[in-house]
Amino acid sequence: MHDLVIAAQQAGELKAGLQSIGAGIVYGAAAIGPGIGIGIVVGNAITAMARQPEMAGPVRTTMFLGIAFTEALALFGFVLFFLAKS
Amino acid sequence: MSLGVFVFPPIDELFRWKDIAFKGQFYAINKTSLLVMISSVLILAIFVGGSRRMKLVPKGFQNVLEMTYEFVDRGITRDVIGNDATRFTPFLGSLFLFILFLNFWEVIPFIQFPPTSRFAIPLFLALMVYVLYWFLGFKHQGIKYLTGHLFPAGVPLALYILVTPIELVQILLVRPFSLAVRLLANMMAGHILLTALALLTAYTLKNAPIIALGPFALNIGVTAFEILVGFLQAYIFTLLTAVYIADSLHAEH
Repeated sequence: MHDLVIAAQQAGELKAGLQSIGAGIVYGAAAIGPGIGIGIVVGNAITAMARQPEMAGPVRTTMFLGIAFTEALALFGFVLFFLAKS
Repeated sequence: MSLGVFVFPPIDELFRWKDIAFKGQFYAINKTSLLVMISSVLILAIFVGGSRRMKLVPKGFQNVLEMTYEFVDRGITRDVIGNDATRFTPFLGSLFLFILFLNFWEVIPFIQFPPTSRFAIPLFLALMVYVLYWFLGFKHQGIKYLTGHLFPAGVPLALYILVTPIELVQILLVRPFSLAVRLLANMMAGHILLTALALLTAYTLKNAPIIALGPFALNIGVTAFEILVGFLQAYIFTLLTAVYIADSLHAEH
């Protein structure tokens, strides 16, 4: 009987632990792609601004748009993190 | 001396506030809704008060207000929608200022809670934008607004099986959802980060005061960073709204 109680307790702990690991992986994996993507967007925007400083204004606006669209994926991961944890 | 265990409170505790007035009613007031009301009144007072006795050559406070207006008018409306679209500046300007004021509550001492980190507010703002760009799209382009999106020109016929569902989900769900979630997640992450650093400072201060300098300095740095994030998120929300409106007004070429 005592063994059964311990087994049930361990199963609950296992489930909670796996949930935490899963949540961590969800956010970590979701951040990889956008991280690379934002790097590419900003890097190319800086190149463009350095080559043609007179176009810096429009380039900056477009850069923020690009960041916003790329970042959305990471933020979906952030929300899923909380969903997976609870 | 026991070190104790550092326990981070559950997320609910950081974002759920007790009702202050009208307890249990659907119109109950808590910290979030109180801050929203204060912000709207504040914006109204600043702009109505600032626009009285306007001078041709602006000075002091009027200068700041005109710069704010011009920032939205030049940087967002004219750049993104076009020079003939200044009728949208009042809407975009109020949207920008409303989000900006709500975001900045995050770094105001003793208040330190951004109302935009509760989903209801970004979601409502995003739904407002959603209704607006659908309405404008059908008003200016008719049914071509929908078909132009679903069946973009120049795509091989077989690819429409792939493109059309993706575009449908994009304009029906992804656009408003990502607009709302972007603002929410940024402010939520900032609030959690600041809370974690503040708790860590308090915890280390009790047990090992010298180490407390680390999280404390980090907390100040992150607070400065959050000012930037608050401004940037308000700007991006307005910018994307302008992009969606421009998309509704003119067909893609």
